[in-house]
Amino acid sequence: MDMGLVYIAGALMAGLGALGAAVGVGLLGGRFLEAAARQPELVPMLRTQFFLVAGLVDAVPMIAVGLSMYVLFAVV
Amino acid sequence: MASESITTSGYIKHHLQNLTFGEKHVESASGVWTSTGELGFAESAQEASQMGFWAINVDTMVMSLVLGGLMMWFFRRVAKSISSGVPTPAQNFAEMIIEFINDTVRGSFSGGKNDLVAPLGLTIFVWIFLMNLMDLIPVDFIPVLVAQGASLAFGVDPHHVYFKVVPTTDPNAPLGMALVVFALMLYYSFKVKGTGGFLAELSLEPFGKFALPINIVLETVTLLAKPFSLGLRLFGNMYAGEMVFILIATMYSASLVLGSVAALLQVGWAIFHILIITLQAFIFMVLTIVYMDMAHQRH
Repeated sequence: MDMGLVYIAGALMAGLGALGAAVGVGLLGGRFLEAAARQPELVPMLRTQFFLVAGLVDAVPMIAVGLSMYVLFAVV
Repeated sequence: MASESITTSGYIKHHLQNLTFGEKHVESASGVWTSTGELGFAESAQEASQMGFWAINVDTMVMSLVLGGLMMWFFRRVAKSISSGVPTPAQNFAEMIIEFINDTVRGSFSGGKNDLVAPLGLTIFVWIFLMNLMDLIPVDFIPVLVAQGASLAFGVDPHHVYFKVVPTTDPNAPLGMALVVFALMLYYSFKVKGTGGFLAELSLEPFGKFALPINIVLETVTLLAKPFSLGLRLFGNMYAGEMVFILIATMYSASLVLGSVAALLQVGWAIFHILIITLQAFIFMVLTIVYMDMAHQRH
């Protein structure tokens, strides 16, 4: 099995996953700051929601990163 | 791997290999794997994969059951020695966790009286948190202990003793928990909505009656995506976190300068990982509660 292709596949999965996570959490952070600026007293509740949704936004990218490392190290 | 100079990828592969117990296989010269019939531990990754379905990852089982027992022992001890007058620190700590989970459950579960959801939430949160906590222990600590112990006790070559400390980095554990949640989801869906109600929900949902085939495809995909995303999310986060720890660990053997940089990296990543560990346990619990709540929705 040509190792080069495996490395490219792993890199693509991790890279695109990271791209998705960056855009998602970036937008989320922006909205969070807007809401915090508009209603500072809600910041504690907003913060827990922010982490919850950031975890959910991270889900598919982290699955992609996890699977790419699985492909890179465990499958070979 | 008997050679002393262990390569980086060899080190990484060694730390990603589970202690698998099953039917031992031997590879003949021409690369054909034949079963030897007696049971034993896999010597290599290839043999572990040859063992097929009926192989048990002993390290995942031992670590998760020990942590589960520890959790139950702690809560039982607090429950037995509970006193409203003079609460002990352990009791305060346990009460804090239970109140935290109670608020979350009350907040997102509105499916009426069901005294399984809160204990399920507590178990999932504490157990997954404990399992993830194992990730903060330095990578080589427990595997080397187990390898030396096995070589002393059973005279096995320590290079072939694999031990993966964090159960949640083995895909079987998270997916197993997710499948149990999926089974509960189906059970409550049929119980609360009734077979007709549940099937109606599956077939009539987004586009009404006449687009039945499209509905069924869409709804079954969403239904099946739930357990897989629930399990793989936990696995992906923990596996990637573990991988970063292993990669940092490989820097220690390079040189003094790189070793000190690695020490800083390890501390930084461990601190950040504390957030990931609690967050993933919390998300697994919240989504379980939300799925239970969706199962109790009555149209």
